[in-house]
Amino acid sequence: MQTLTKLPIGSRAKVIAVHGNNAITKRLMEMGVVPGVTFRVVKSAPFGDPLEIKLRGYSLAMRISEADAIEVESE
Amino acid sequence: MAIASVKSKDIRSVKADVRVKTAKNDLTVALAGNPNAGKTTLFNQLTGLRQKVANYPGVTVERKEGTWNAAGEVIRLIDLPGLYSLDATSLDEQIARDILTGNIYDIPKPDVVVAVVDATNLERNLYLVTQLIEFRLPVVVALTMVDVAEKRSLGVNVKILSRMLGIPVVKVTAASGAGIDELEAAVLRTARSTDRPKASWLSETIQGSEEEIHLSLTDDASANKQIFARYGFISEVYQRSVTPIDTLERGYSEKIDGILTHKFFGLLILIGILLIVFQSIFSWASLPMDLLDAGFGSLAELAKSSLPEGILTDLIADGIIAGVGGVLVFLPQILLLFLFLSILEDTGYMARAAFLLDRLMRGVGLHGKAFVPLLSSFACAIPGIMATRTIENPKDRLATIMIAPFMSCSARLPVYTLMIAAFFSGQYIFGFLSLGAVLILAMYMLGIVMAVIVAFILKRTILKSPPPPFVMELPPYRVPNFKTVLLNMFTRAGIFIKRAGTVILAISILLWALAYFPRTSAEDISNIQSSTAAAAAEGSPDEGIQLRNSFAGQLGHLIEPVIEPLGFDWKIGVALIASFAAREVLVSTLSIIYNTGADSTEESPSLINAVRDAKKDDGSKAWTPLTALTLMVFFVLAMQCMSTVAVVRRETNSWSWTIFMVGYMTGLAYLAALLTYQVGKYLGFG
Ligand SMILES: Nc1nc2c(ncn2[C@@H]2O[C@H](COP(=O)(O)OP(=O)(O)O)[C@@H](O)[C@H]2O)c(=O)[nH]1
Repeated sequence: MQTLTKLPIGSRAKVIAVHGNNAITKRLMEMGVVPGVTFRVVKSAPFGDPLEIKLRGYSLAMRISEADAIEVESE
Repeated sequence: MAIASVKSKDIRSVKADVRVKTAKNDLTVALAGNPNAGKTTLFNQLTGLRQKVANYPGVTVERKEGTWNAAGEVIRLIDLPGLYSLDATSLDEQIARDILTGNIYDIPKPDVVVAVVDATNLERNLYLVTQLIEFRLPVVVALTMVDVAEKRSLGVNVKILSRMLGIPVVKVTAASGAGIDELEAAVLRTARSTDRPKASWLSETIQGSEEEIHLSLTDDASANKQIFARYGFISEVYQRSVTPIDTLERGYSEKIDGILTHKFFGLLILIGILLIVFQSIFSWASLPMDLLDAGFGSLAELAKSSLPEGILTDLIADGIIAGVGGVLVFLPQILLLFLFLSILEDTGYMARAAFLLDRLMRGVGLHGKAFVPLLSSFACAIPGIMATRTIENPKDRLATIMIAPFMSCSARLPVYTLMIAAFFSGQYIFGFLSLGAVLILAMYMLGIVMAVIVAFILKRTILKSPPPPFVMELPPYRVPNFKTVLLNMFTRAGIFIKRAGTVILAISILLWALAYFPRTSAEDISNIQSSTAAAAAEGSPDEGIQLRNSFAGQLGHLIEPVIEPLGFDWKIGVALIASFAAREVLVSTLSIIYNTGADSTEESPSLINAVRDAKKDDGSKAWTPLTALTLMVFFVLAMQCMSTVAVVRRETNSWSWTIFMVGYMTGLAYLAALLTYQVGKYLGFG
């Protein structure tokens, strides 16, 4: 399974699924990270974590541990 | 099913009627929207300055309310906390939901909800709108940031948007006020109508009353399905109503972030910004502070010379003017600090700071979001502790609350400044670094280091929990709105002044009375004078004996054995006891203590000189640079603020946590002060 964390900085990809049924996946989905949406990996913070992605016209930061739950498909 | 839901609605409308009557039949409108959607700007525009800040009953979440005169109707406008979703995970969302469903007892269920929607971020902003529609609330969309959208050639077709959502959509421009009339008309129209749009994206089974929707949301899997369904609908709306542009392109914010959240420079800039903030608080604020100080000084003199001699005059000059003035002097510094915090918040930088620091904060066991409450705590722990409500995990939130008061708040500044002015001014390290600035920085660092250690321990013991989620928007950079920033600054400063006018005024009067009574008669004084050698050591004999025999003096003597190892005499003890009400009271107390009964015809020396010249009972100096340093260390760590204690009690809803906090902080303060003094003495500084 390819997850968001494995994507190189700057690449674009599409969300296939958000795995897990917990508060974090729910929050991610509420923020628009739902299957089918495309995004771009913007950067990682000074210590390599968290990550910043751009989707639906805005920037969202998340930790690597959370990004690991997001299954993606490169464009 | 249908009957049941009708019934529950009837009950609700009866309750709502009762509430509306108590609110004089005014319309109630709530403003809801994502953070950074432009809600505050719209709120300020609609209400002008007819607004007030209060707390929700039972919780210290700030609530803003205002009066909106819309086409002859008086509307009670309620600003909800900024939120992304109505599924209550954080306290903010919980409160917003309770207001929208009419479950907060002193606010009627809103007649109309104005959803503030950022046109440049339409999809995510519409998510909340779909939920509002599901709650069967009468919604009007106010579309903001249209000017920004148009600059990016992102055109929004309001007609299609409105038709697909089934609710009115109005473009508003904050700067020009365009669209406000239309918004008024749409709100009044919606208030009168009973039509509610259907949430077409939900499957038939969950259409219905809000209770049913709520029930179905308790199951995570089906909740996720619903989120998916909402976004599915939103994508459809988006595709039809917006001219397509590449929404993933590199915008100007990203270019700015190229530097501001750069792997290396980002952290350097963050440190630089903090340094500039603190440096300017100390250098820019000094002139107005000196002016205020002189002003209160002459006011006290004036009171003494123009009022008849007696208890009342003493109370006004030595108690009220000296006490309250001693605190109000710090207003310029506090205004500046709040100004900077408002600007950092409004530009969007605060979220970047959390992004930069999350990894470090997590090392301690805290959330990157804890950075904002902790930074606010440098102004005052109260807004800081209130800001922790954005942290979703209760244990993380509690850990943040427990360490927030270690951040040196503005109330400690008076204490630091006094100590430095009296003992460390005009001294330089390496010839150019002001010793005072270095010491203040050291005090801030001490608080931070201690906070880190305590958080580390708490998060590994009693507050152990899995690492909290960090899913956070980085809002676009914006030039802060001058009016919003100023308003923000003055609201917060108003709270400080109010405290000076109430708590500190009361304590000043109380302390003055404790030091003034019981009166020692002139006869007694001469008797005592001839019999005690110690009295001769006092700067002004009458004063010394009066204070010693007063209630305050007796209290000070009572705790003297405990504070003696810290190098404090009983007079400092009196000030210490008083400062447990509020830290800055130390300054006013010292002015009262060292001026009690001062001969009105003499020039009373300024507080700084009084502190320098103060003598212990044995005739030795009451203060040395080491005593001053010890006192500062004590003030960094001790929990000396009634208002904070009250807020912690309300926010944690637990007396044990509150008592734990006061206890461990003060214990730590005592130990650290003891260590400072004893080691300093051993090394020969004392
Ligand atoms: N260009 C533009 N900026 C706006 C508009 N409305 C608000 N802003 C700015 O957007 C920022 C966030 O607005 P604010 O009202 O504080 O958002 P809130 O977090 O929703 O309360 C501020 O800097 C405002 O000046 C608008 O219609 N156009």
